Amino acid sequence: MLEINNLHVDLEEEDKTILKGVNLSIAGGSVHAIMGPNGSGKSTLSYVLSGKDGYTVTKGSATLEGADILDMEPEERASAGLFLAFQYPVEIPGVGNMTFLRTAVNAQRKARGEEEMSAADFLKVIRAKAKDLKIDADMLKRPVNVGFSGGEKKRNEILQMAMLEPKMCILDETDSGLDVDAMKLVSDGVNALRDAGRGFLVITHYQRLLDHIKPDFVHIMADGRIVKSGGPELALEVEKNGYADILTEVA
Amino acid sequence: MAAVQKKPEVTEARLGAVSIPTGGAWASAARADALARVRAMGLPDRRDEYWKFTRPDTLVQAEAPRAALFDPNEAPMFDGVDRLRIVFVDGVFDAAQSDDLSLEGVSIERLSDAAEADIHWAKDLYGVLETRGQDPVARSLAALNTAAATDGIVIHVTGKAAKPIHLRYLHADETSDAILHHLVKLEPGADVTILESGPAAARFNKCMEIDIADGAAFHHVRTQGRDHKRRAVTHMFTRLGNESAFKSFTMTANGVLTRNECIIELTGDDAKAHVSGAAMGDGDFHHDDTVFITHDAERCESRQVFKKVLRNGATGVFQGKILVKAGAQKTDGYQISQSLLLDGDSQFLAKPELEIYADDVICSHGSTSGAIDEEALFYLRARGVPEGPATDLLTLSFLAEAVDEIEDDGLREEVTGLLAGWLERRRG
Repeated sequence: MLEINNLHVDLEEEDKTILKGVNLSIAGGSVHAIMGPNGSGKSTLSYVLSGKDGYTVTKGSATLEGADILDMEPEERASAGLFLAFQYPVEIPGVGNMTFLRTAVNAQRKARGEEEMSAADFLKVIRAKAKDLKIDADMLKRPVNVGFSGGEKKRNEILQMAMLEPKMCILDETDSGLDVDAMKLVSDGVNALRDAGRGFLVITHYQRLLDHIKPDFVHIMADGRIVKSGGPELALEVEKNGYADILTEVA
Repeated sequence: MAAVQKKPEVTEARLGAVSIPTGGAWASAARADALARVRAMGLPDRRDEYWKFTRPDTLVQAEAPRAALFDPNEAPMFDGVDRLRIVFVDGVFDAAQSDDLSLEGVSIERLSDAAEADIHWAKDLYGVLETRGQDPVARSLAALNTAAATDGIVIHVTGKAAKPIHLRYLHADETSDAILHHLVKLEPGADVTILESGPAAARFNKCMEIDIADGAAFHHVRTQGRDHKRRAVTHMFTRLGNESAFKSFTMTANGVLTRNECIIELTGDDAKAHVSGAAMGDGDFHHDDTVFITHDAERCESRQVFKKVLRNGATGVFQGKILVKAGAQKTDGYQISQSLLLDGDSQFLAKPELEIYADDVICSHGSTSGAIDEEALFYLRARGVPEGPATDLLTLSFLAEAVDEIEDDGLREEVTGLLAGWLERRRG
């Protein structure tokens, strides 16, 4: 599904190299988790993959189902099936949540040459999906993320993911700012989307999210590289001993 | 009245190009008084502080600069609204294109008919609010209007108007110079919606005086646009009684020169005045919103919400003042003026002012200029919305606070549609 090869990335503004050769291969149906200390490059990886400005790829490649995504505009990556659940979802005053989602769904359909979804069909689908995430009618009507609590914003991200049905989902520290109940709700939403054709990359600081979204593989990132990979037990090791042991071990 | 030394020959040249209409005794007296005011104040020039950001030359010069017609066959505005249409072509009432002027809850006459009558209620309004509005800042183009307006409509609202009244201004002659003066008098508890649309003329000077009695409500939605080369100066003068309401929204797209002045006097307790505007300009666009709100009663609320989208060197101006007189306790005044600059060439000039003589008031004001929010743009694009439509969506979101001032759902949607259409056409 997603193939990342020897990816090197500079931060434009500071002329600083953030990613120093990332290799990652995520097959459809699998859940990969990336853990790592602050500043290791986890969020940069998610931004570079989704096409945010301010980063320069100096070496390496990233492909989604064989297509080079690094050459695409952010909207083209989205239409190709890539989805980033933001660590800090952006507030957009004056744009209703529902309008935003319908615009996004239909823009992607149009880009893929599919028929646009009618207002009635859209309403039916979104109501059912919103209900599962305990998102009420008021939250759908309100401007995008404006006045939403931390938990509401993250649930709203998962609702977008559910509506857009991407092939490859990247979750950037989706657990930050969530209490235990909200984490359960968000995780249930993510787990409901797990299927054989869809890949997940879960970026997190803490192991606790991985209790709910059980990964197939865990990678430890440090200083712009993946320094260790393993199964779910690796996350438990981090939880128990911190990153220091692992970093010493691979150094 | 502000005493500013002006060149009398400029004023006389302009006055020489207009003819003062004849009428009954009251109208003749009002026009003669207005003419004296124009001469005393002089027409604005470039040194005038109140015209610091907008050059008045072309509004003041004797002849109207030529303005090409955009499209005489374009679809009329507000077509989805059941309304009474009153049409002016180059500033002249057109009976054939207008609806019958009878409407439940309202009596409507032409200004020229009212002016012929020996006794008319219009005597107590025509030029009266305009004169009050000359202090502390001279508005001599409005006095010129009172003196020289050849046509207009006189509306007396006695109950709830059965439907909105739409003043549609068509532009047919590339050199037309139109001066229109309207009166709207609302009796206690009366309610009316006035719609205005169209370019009107190559040069358009329009004045509307609105007297709002206790408990009455005046709603106003206006669209100015299309004929890009037209020039317009408009004044709204209003006075509000106890628990009355004034709500005015203006959408402006295109126009080399537009100056909209709104002068509001809150003279009754617990009254509300909301004035708002959304303007979009591209290139040699110059749009000026000048507002003066006087709080002279207790517990009144005023809101000014002005948003401008500017690109390719367009200029936006906002001059907004809230004056709270001693004794106007519990005043709630709010003023926001913002521009969205879509490139580095455009400019927004703002002069927000507060002058407060009461001690128990809430007044807030803010003015900002900014670009499209890059974070929000990326968020939309990351969800699959291409850059063009995403920028449009954020632009509409920027304008929304002003557009949301329109209470009627249908009118608000129509205006939103017009704004979206304008943005889409600009993208090509």
